[in-house]
Amino acid sequence: MSIQSVERYQMAQVFNRRTNKIVRLSIFVGIPLVLILLSSAWWYYTRSDWIRDVGPANAKVQPGGGFSHQLHVGGLKMDCRYCHTGVELSSSANIPPIETCMGCHSQVLSKSTKLEFIRSSYTEDVPVQWNLVHDVPKFVYFNHSIHVAKGVGCSTCHGNLATMPVVYKTQALYMSWCLNCHRNPEQFLRPQSEIYNPAWQPPADQIAQGLILKQQYNIRSKLQLTNCSICHR
Amino acid sequence: MSKESLDTQGTSGRSYWRSLEELSQTAEFRARLDREFPREAAEMRDPVSRRSFLKLMGASMALSSLVGCQFALKQPQEKIVPYVRQPEQVIPGRPLYFATSMAVQGYGIGLLAESHEGRPTKVDGNPDHPASLGSSDAWIQASVLTMYDPDRSQQILNAGKPATWADATAAIASAAQAAADGLRIISEPTSSPSVVAAIAGLSGAKWYQYDALSNDNVANGATLAFDRAVNTIYAFDKASVVVALDSDFTHGSPTSIRYSRDFASTRRLENDSLSMSRLYVAEPSPSNTGTMADHRLPIKAGDIAPMAQAIAAALGVAGVTAPTLSESVAKWVNVAVADLKAAAGKSIVIAGESQPAAVHALVHAINASLTNVGKTVTYTEAVISGPTGVASLKALVDEINAGAVKMLVIADANIAYNAPADINVAEALKKVPTVVHLGLYNDETAALANWHINGAHYLESWGDVRAFDGTVSLQQPLIAPLYDGKTFLEVVAVLAGNATATAYELLTTYWKSVQGTKDYAFDKQWQISLHDGTVAQTTAATIELTAKVGGEIPASGTGLELIFRPDPSLRDGSAANNGWLQEVPKPITKLVWDNTAQISLTTAQKLGVKNEDILELTYQGRSVKAPAYIVAGQVDDTIVVHLGFGRTQAGKVGTNVGFNSYALRGTETMWFGNGVEVKNTGVNYTLASTQEHFNLEGRDEDIYHTTTIAKLIEEKAHGEKGHKKHEIFSLFPAYDYSKGYQWGMSIDLNACNGCNACVVACQAENNIPVVGKDQIWRGREMQWIRIDTYFAGDSTNPSIYQQPIACMQCENAPCEIVCPVAATVHDEEGINNMVYNRCVGTKYCSNNCPYKVRRFNFFQYVDEETPSLKLQRNPDVTVRVRGVMEKCNYCLQRINESRIDADRENREIKDGEVITACQQACPSQAIVFGNINDKSSRVAKLKELDTKFTVLDSLNTKPRTSYMTKLTNPNIELSGKME
Repeated sequence: MSIQSVERYQMAQVFNRRTNKIVRLSIFVGIPLVLILLSSAWWYYTRSDWIRDVGPANAKVQPGGGFSHQLHVGGLKMDCRYCHTGVELSSSANIPPIETCMGCHSQVLSKSTKLEFIRSSYTEDVPVQWNLVHDVPKFVYFNHSIHVAKGVGCSTCHGNLATMPVVYKTQALYMSWCLNCHRNPEQFLRPQSEIYNPAWQPPADQIAQGLILKQQYNIRSKLQLTNCSICHR
Repeated sequence: MSKESLDTQGTSGRSYWRSLEELSQTAEFRARLDREFPREAAEMRDPVSRRSFLKLMGASMALSSLVGCQFALKQPQEKIVPYVRQPEQVIPGRPLYFATSMAVQGYGIGLLAESHEGRPTKVDGNPDHPASLGSSDAWIQASVLTMYDPDRSQQILNAGKPATWADATAAIASAAQAAADGLRIISEPTSSPSVVAAIAGLSGAKWYQYDALSNDNVANGATLAFDRAVNTIYAFDKASVVVALDSDFTHGSPTSIRYSRDFASTRRLENDSLSMSRLYVAEPSPSNTGTMADHRLPIKAGDIAPMAQAIAAALGVAGVTAPTLSESVAKWVNVAVADLKAAAGKSIVIAGESQPAAVHALVHAINASLTNVGKTVTYTEAVISGPTGVASLKALVDEINAGAVKMLVIADANIAYNAPADINVAEALKKVPTVVHLGLYNDETAALANWHINGAHYLESWGDVRAFDGTVSLQQPLIAPLYDGKTFLEVVAVLAGNATATAYELLTTYWKSVQGTKDYAFDKQWQISLHDGTVAQTTAATIELTAKVGGEIPASGTGLELIFRPDPSLRDGSAANNGWLQEVPKPITKLVWDNTAQISLTTAQKLGVKNEDILELTYQGRSVKAPAYIVAGQVDDTIVVHLGFGRTQAGKVGTNVGFNSYALRGTETMWFGNGVEVKNTGVNYTLASTQEHFNLEGRDEDIYHTTTIAKLIEEKAHGEKGHKKHEIFSLFPAYDYSKGYQWGMSIDLNACNGCNACVVACQAENNIPVVGKDQIWRGREMQWIRIDTYFAGDSTNPSIYQQPIACMQCENAPCEIVCPVAATVHDEEGINNMVYNRCVGTKYCSNNCPYKVRRFNFFQYVDEETPSLKLQRNPDVTVRVRGVMEKCNYCLQRINESRIDADRENREIKDGEVITACQQACPSQAIVFGNINDKSSRVAKLKELDTKFTVLDSLNTKPRTSYMTKLTNPNIELSGKME
């Protein structure tokens, strides 16, 4: 029997010759493409502003509409430390007690309906439960006092609060971001007089200025500042 | 590495052993040695405790696995809740410290409690308080856990049903009125001036005090000697010769913290001094003090009395004739007496609480004849007055049986559990129409009461208490009572018809009346007293007394002697529900979660008893079953049982752990007695002891150094160095540790008596979980610091050595090079960091650690569900989860806090500014920590001394923790040679 005759008795091929091309294409192009798509999805997902609540679009809804830093800091020029009393002394900057609000608002806008939740919290002795905005994982022991003492201003991490009606994150607070400064702090250091200036902009010669400040502040070496034990215990 | 063997000259090359099995090298022991975690594959043979452990673990494991299953694209939103009114001085994130005090057997220990936003998380000694001087012990360290114990009684009960405080006060006040002269109160001994005054103000009421470990004999002995109640205070820091007759003065009593410190100061060779005190201890079974002894004589408890007589006679105390002693005892006594005579005025003879009153009277006479009185021994008015002890309990029960008691108030005393067996408390309580019980737990006694009032813990209470020297210290609450508990003072006020007064009002009213000052002046003084923790000028004045010999010296008995001892961890058993105390390995035996019938090797062989055999002990017609444990150094023909176990209503942790040895105790034989019968049931019981865990494979001379003071002096005279070291080099490039802070630790083995204060302090500071008997049996204990016990010499009277071991922070750390994920790395300051989040749990680091100090979370040991336990945790330390390794990190959180404070102020950290938790707790100040780069720091100076050594030096790990050689000061007359 010749070869042709054998072919005649066989069933028609399920896949024709062109399919080989498709298979090759899908192996060499399709699978990598899917992998690339998946990994870039993962990349964007884990680094998205959404997952870490960064930017005004991801601002948290706060009780009573939230505290307007725009009004108090931008408009009234209140100092950060008026409310955040712990910032120079403690790991926590301290969310002010309701008593601090009432210090002014028992006189100012004392009938405002917008402030009803503050007044009832004060009179009924029930604390206001704010939604936490800036948070680091529980195994990270961040200390505010040492950062402000060593020339890291509020706005470096928290953004220009004077422009924010509701607080939102301007930084994702990744460890790589922390390390960026711990490795080369001169990029962000500012003089003590500017620490609490929410609108501070780095000067043109920031690196040169920063290196001088680094000396003045006695800031530890890159090796020391990147030890695990500096932030983790 | 160098192949040269290390020169160990100058340190004795004696051979140590850790257990009798090791000494005899049994096959089972060899097999166990080969495994790091000895029983990983084996099943525990004790079904009951295994089951209860699983029950305990089950709930938290199930819950944690559920949490792990939750899927979310985003982290859950957290709340931040500020104060409405922030309390004065509170700065969130910074702890505050408040002076308060804790009553231990009625005597006050001044404390500083650490408070994180209103939660007390840890207590330590108050440096200004005479009884603590800043140190503490395991009992005090663990007390904070008791406050957060979820098994504490949380409500008032009337006949077992919940009731309100208003109901209770009404019922109690009217019952008290109806009872009139039939009102009786029984409490634990208390020195509280306000309580004493309040009870004195109750007309018709009689007050009894009972504590299972009370110092009856001491008090009665003083009465015999001086015809009046007297408090005796010893100044161990001024004594160069101490003879302890069955007295464990450095461990487990209200004075032991102070005495440990004072005694250790005479043993320390700092500042080039080359003199140290000499300690003689005669005791039946090795105690912590016994391990410190230069000469320890194992002797039956009943044979101490003739010994005391012999000492008295040899010193010429009038009216004492010397009994005949065995040759070896007589020699020991003669040598000790010669030393005492030579150190007249600078010596102390002290008898233990368990010795009969007549021995105490004799000892007073001995100290008088040695002219020690007024120098090393002083007398003051008694701090705790009124009838105390078993005589007091017996008198109460007699009154009840005579029908004289109409109402009984029981405060804290758990008499249904800890009364001697021949006083039937349960039966007696049935005869009292109204029984009111006040206590932290709904315990054995609460179950027999008509009313149970949930008590307030000392960290929740206002109160006052007097220390051993009479100093009054105030108790101030660190937190509002978690379950609205009440104090003894409040209940006494209710009896007096004052149902509304708070403890604070009662206390200030009392002190106003005492001080007689006007409001303003009083407030000022009050604030100062609260701040300092002590009330000024309240120390008892010393009194001049002449001792006389009195009382009947009991004849020493024959036959098998039964000896009762407080458990080294649980003491009388009132804190049996405290997991930290249950799990801390007991000194010498290293047993956890059990008590045993301790027996000497010879006696065990004679009776055909092996370790872990269940024995039936029968004494005066009462019997209990107890597992046997053979203890090296115990005298023959004795059985030692520890009190504090066998609770039936302690809580989830402490119920049915061990056996109840109170069931053997009789009013006449509170501490020891002869004629116990032993029957071996042949049944095996599993005990968990950590003694052979983490064996260091017989590298003796590299682990523990010991020498005598005489030898040291000789070496100094010849200009020899303590031990010559050969250079060992490493194949790894050396790291430059010459800059910045370099942390190091020095542990003085000469001061350590193995009291476990450091172990529990570390557990409290570093959020270390409790794992249970089954896990310990598998070698999975979690405590970051352990105390190794080594024995040397023969098994009848070995030398016993204690060595605290925690992570050594090796400069050439073997753990770091084997970690595949760099979860354990060095930092610039020489600390071996453990990065929990990187750890994947390979356990390679633990395998490669020559010191065996790494601890692995085999299960989710930490209870993350119980709310009250969460409150206890230190917020500055990460809580570890299942599957990660952990270990000591030199209290990194404390270093970081100090570094931040110093950097903020642009200064260096001062020497002594960073104190580790173990160092802070240590009563004998054996641990010193600091910056070794600062040559003027105390730790750097200690590391320069010739007596310094490091463990397993030959491995070239360069540990940052070094040790000071254990020194003894033997009398050549007894030791026979210059050892």
